[in-house]
Amino acid sequence: MDLFEYQARDLFAKHDVPVLAGEVIDTPEAARAATERLGGKSVVKAQVKVGGRGKAGGVKLAASADEAVEHATNILGMDIKGHTVHKVMIAETAPEIVEEYYVSFLLDRANRTFLSIASVEGGMEIEEVAETRPEAVAKTPIDANVGVTPEVARQIVEAAKFPAEVADKVANVLVTLWKTFVEEDALLVEVNPLAKVASGEVIALDGKVSLDENAEFRQPGHEALQDKDSANPLEAAAKEKNLNYVKLDGEVGIIGNGAGLVMSTLDVVAYAGEAHGGVKPANFLDIGGGASAAVMANGLEIILGDPDVKSVFVNVFGGITACDEVANGIVQALQLLADKGEDVTKPLVVRLDGNNAELGRKILSDANHPLVQRVDTMDGAADKAAELAAAK
Amino acid sequence: MAIFLNKDSKVIVQGMTGATGMKHTKLMLADGTNIVGGVNPRKAGTSVDIDGTEIPVFGTVAEAIEKTGANVSVLFVPPAFAKAAVVEAIDAEIPLAVVITEGIAVHDSAAFYAYAVSQGNKTRIIGPNCPGLITPGQSNAGIIPGDITKPGRIGLVSKSGTLTYQMMYELRDIGFSSAVGIGGDPIIGTTHIDALAAFEADPDTDLIVMIGEIGGDAEERAAAFIKENVTKPVVGYVAGFTAPEGKTMGHAGAIVSGSSGTAAAKKEALEAAGVKVGKTPTETAKLAREILAG
Repeated sequence: MDLFEYQARDLFAKHDVPVLAGEVIDTPEAARAATERLGGKSVVKAQVKVGGRGKAGGVKLAASADEAVEHATNILGMDIKGHTVHKVMIAETAPEIVEEYYVSFLLDRANRTFLSIASVEGGMEIEEVAETRPEAVAKTPIDANVGVTPEVARQIVEAAKFPAEVADKVANVLVTLWKTFVEEDALLVEVNPLAKVASGEVIALDGKVSLDENAEFRQPGHEALQDKDSANPLEAAAKEKNLNYVKLDGEVGIIGNGAGLVMSTLDVVAYAGEAHGGVKPANFLDIGGGASAAVMANGLEIILGDPDVKSVFVNVFGGITACDEVANGIVQALQLLADKGEDVTKPLVVRLDGNNAELGRKILSDANHPLVQRVDTMDGAADKAAELAAAK
Repeated sequence: MAIFLNKDSKVIVQGMTGATGMKHTKLMLADGTNIVGGVNPRKAGTSVDIDGTEIPVFGTVAEAIEKTGANVSVLFVPPAFAKAAVVEAIDAEIPLAVVITEGIAVHDSAAFYAYAVSQGNKTRIIGPNCPGLITPGQSNAGIIPGDITKPGRIGLVSKSGTLTYQMMYELRDIGFSSAVGIGGDPIIGTTHIDALAAFEADPDTDLIVMIGEIGGDAEERAAAFIKENVTKPVVGYVAGFTAPEGKTMGHAGAIVSGSSGTAAAKKEALEAAGVKVGKTPTETAKLAREILAG
């Protein structure tokens, strides 16, 4: 889960990473009081999870409370690269910046460890620096069981060639930033820029944090950080039902079991769709191994509630779960939806393979539901679902 | 022969006495797995009757190894306790730990992997968030259905459980030497490369099927490895061409970040290494058939 800047700032502050004062607001008028609390001037910063907001006019300096309200009025509701601004941060104005640096900790999948990236050339995208001036970027592997001790922090500072006069301060930022990374179960903590200001202090002026959703069981505070305003309503409804769902922009609704098989199903449908006017998958939905009638009904309800969906492809491989149970689940799910008064009119193509496939197929044939068609191969069923979606 | 697991493997189950652990211990036994014990400190000294087989429960992995000579542990331990359980297995120096658990925090996986390395890599970790591995006709350590296919000469390595099953089913008439589900998390213990190297060295494997998915660059690195080190034919499949950027597709590790981790890049890298890559699982199976038919 990627966080907004203000949420990152709050987590940094919690773990003693030096930051400027700031608060988040969602109405223009609130900018007045917030700016007054900061002594009558502020920076008004759009909160969007995308880069380039400064260029898009989403960051403005306000010399007065009135000006802050004016900027907040303009920025709230603004569209930045497809992201609507629902919140702005009213931040303390930065003291005069002398130098801009970059520091981050992240997961290094390839080496199965954590990595520190540091550079004295901050303020721009680190990928850009890495490409044009690779020698200015220091990458240091971090042992997960040692972490960033003051000694490790000093090694990073040396590797990145930070100037001697800020070495201790940057090392301190690294230690506190690592604390943020570990204690918040983050996948990424990034400070860019880390600014050296005229007074000689080093301050995190902007940052990114991404959190590990698998750690929610020990991070009770993280649920509140979810961005409910921008969530797709179907994705939000699916999340409520504990379904693993991602909305896509096509017409064929997809239900399957197992993340890999569902991803593959999307691809196979898109591939089959090429012959049917370019229809594409409408979503990712993994109902997991169990595939009970209740879970199937929940999944079908979400997918049938998507106005973009023209046909549905249920693709199940019975591993441990037997296909007869899955078939019963589908039949019962359709009944459940009918009982709830849902108007089920979209055609379903069902492919069952694996454990007890014959029994499962027989159950579907016997149920003889007018909307359900059985196709017994994955590629064939994808083709049929694409054809039905194109015909609608 | 086979890789990582065979008829002589002595398997213990950490978390055997939980509902999932019991269910799968029963299935593993039915597949002929030599299960020699379970581990649960609160039930040490007791035993569990599974379909007439008496399985002793030990207090620790070390004790289980001492009493039974176990050399494989399969873990069905809930996410919050998984790190401690894996660390215990590493401390006991069990040669193979198969971590089935889904939903382990990445900081925990990073910690136990780093710990295994620091202890001299005496324990091979498979997973987490994986279906385990099977050597059909010999042993099954995990949750892969044992009745999909028979013993044969194809080796399979996959990030995805259900795609493993799908592929085993597609090629069920030919059969498999071993099938290894390495898991869909960002940090995993055994990689495609580890399995490829083992299949290359296995005299009972003639062809390798490698299944990947979006996220990270494991497939690209596997492609480079194949080019340099694998002489056996490799057939590939990659899932997630239609996945949008920045969205996690079910598996915690299945995410395209910016322009990296895309299915297209993985397919391209594999093809550049001489691997035939299928557009669908069925087409991939067909490619494998064609190669085996000569």
